[in-house]
Amino acid sequence: MLSYFITRIAQAIVVVFAMSVIVFVGVFAIGNPIDVMIDPGATQAIREKLIAQYGLDQPLVVQYWTFLRNVFAGDLGTSMVYNIPVVDLVFSRFPATLELVAVSVLIAVGVGIPAGLWAGYRPDSFGAKLVMALSVLGFSVPTFWIGMLLIMGFAVELGWLPSGGRGDEATFLGVSSSLFTLDGWSHVIMPAINLSLFKMGLMIRLTRAGMVEAMGTDYVKFARAQGLPDRQIVFSHILRNISIPIVTVLGLELGSTLAFAVVTESVFNWPGVGKLIIDSILQLDRPVMVSYLIMVVILFVLINLVVDLVYARLDPRVRLKGGA
Amino acid sequence: MSEIIAENIAAVPSAPPVETRAKRLRNFWSDFRESWVAVGALTVIAVLLFLSFGAPLVSPQDPYDMAMLDWLDAFLRPGTEGSGGYTHLLGTDNAGRDMLSAIFYGLRTSFVIGLSAGACALLVGIVVGLTAAYFGGRIEALLMRIVDLQLSMPAILLALVLVAMLGQGIGQIILALVVAQYAYFARTTHGAAKVERGKDYIEAARSTPLPTHRVLFKHLLPNVLPPLIVVATVQVASAIALEATLSFLGVGLPLTEPSLGSLISNGFKYIHSDRYWLSIYPGLALMVTVVAINLVGDQVRKVLDPRNSR
Repeated sequence: MLSYFITRIAQAIVVVFAMSVIVFVGVFAIGNPIDVMIDPGATQAIREKLIAQYGLDQPLVVQYWTFLRNVFAGDLGTSMVYNIPVVDLVFSRFPATLELVAVSVLIAVGVGIPAGLWAGYRPDSFGAKLVMALSVLGFSVPTFWIGMLLIMGFAVELGWLPSGGRGDEATFLGVSSSLFTLDGWSHVIMPAINLSLFKMGLMIRLTRAGMVEAMGTDYVKFARAQGLPDRQIVFSHILRNISIPIVTVLGLELGSTLAFAVVTESVFNWPGVGKLIIDSILQLDRPVMVSYLIMVVILFVLINLVVDLVYARLDPRVRLKGGA
Repeated sequence: MSEIIAENIAAVPSAPPVETRAKRLRNFWSDFRESWVAVGALTVIAVLLFLSFGAPLVSPQDPYDMAMLDWLDAFLRPGTEGSGGYTHLLGTDNAGRDMLSAIFYGLRTSFVIGLSAGACALLVGIVVGLTAAYFGGRIEALLMRIVDLQLSMPAILLALVLVAMLGQGIGQIILALVVAQYAYFARTTHGAAKVERGKDYIEAARSTPLPTHRVLFKHLLPNVLPPLIVVATVQVASAIALEATLSFLGVGLPLTEPSLGSLISNGFKYIHSDRYWLSIYPGLALMVTVVAINLVGDQVRKVLDPRNSR
């Protein structure tokens, strides 16, 4: 057991290192950021001074080594566009993304699970078929296009909601968030719905599959024979049994929600981390790109590691196989 | 000579192909036909393919021939007659392009990218998956670990970073999509091949002096194809959607190389000025394409599902 844990953690560290090299070399290959940030009329001397200031005249290996040393010292570099430390920049943007992701998960769960339960309870009804058709749309129609339709409908045509940006913030119990104001909610609701659609589709399908399976099991039959009302069977017996895979998938999906936030934040001009990475790609803000990508890699490797270790704890067969 | 004999020996226990290929195809079609939604979706795809690859023939204008564009025609509403003497059914964009023509041409780019990325990813995925399943051991552990790690990351993020690194252009986008998507095929191939590898006919083929590649591609591959076909349909749709998303985010194709994504991205700039037709129509074309391919894929999965006994 212990040896399996150690092997897996060692593998994870190797992967993070390998990815950091790939990311660094890849970002290095994109182009010279100086060309983008500098005034085209600047003299050669100014240009060279800037290049030296950012250490861009050093060989790639030296640059990577400097980068690694700085990372271990907790310094991810300074943004070339905003001219503030990347760590501060990412953390200043993070609350906005967190708000968006939290509201969208709430919507996905709050709508997806009841809809999935219904679709599994009466699989042949018209409503169930409609729900399933909508879940296919949630899966296959590109996020940005739905976001655009939402803006067109609710912001441009009806004028009910603002078309983008984050609303006023308010401080409550020492936490500052736009979710404490009405204006904040009017801004967050459209992007959150947009971001939730994919997960909602997933929730609907998972819940429905679990529900259909559970409806045929003995414990449901016995509960029926006892004379329990369907409402109680569904909510206190079936839901409890099918909630484990749902929670697992929801946890795994957290990472990809952050990734999809890139698209949603761009459409709705939401000032989160996703918008930051797109802007930094378009402006060749190298330190921000590298830091963001390495953070994402670490996040995904961590999620994978935790899942593997938990499964190994639960299922002895995984451990014995040696984690191939 | 010995190879011919070996081939014959190996052919004897070769799984269940009692049915001829034509008969299997007929069976497949009659099962597929059962869903009218899927047949309708297939028809839609056929029409869209015709319109896009026949774009130079069917569209009223070559929207990328600058000599044919007239700035006076910019932002015409749908149904207005332009200086060209014909009606712009879907209106014109900011450069005076006929939107209908632009959509046909854009659809062609999207199809080219989706189909070639899907085909290349399929090939790479098959090679990786078969290699892992056939050789096992360390090779398998290494390859499948990479594949697993990649699958845990969203394709959009991977493709976004790759395109940022590779630069703009059709070739670069296809390469990025292949890298982002091959893992799905590798995973599926590996899973199916693992199951088939344990069966007697592969054991028999391996005991003959047939070269390895022959066993792999002639005997193993045909039996792992069905699940791959399903993945391929879904992946083509997702490649088209991914490309559109990348172009929308500004890292994909520029407007001089039209795809549905760049058309929508261009139209998005005018979203507040009541010029809805610039983004709505290419978006509809994209949605119809992607949904139709997914519906066909859904039905193919149902038909090929072995639990679906006939």
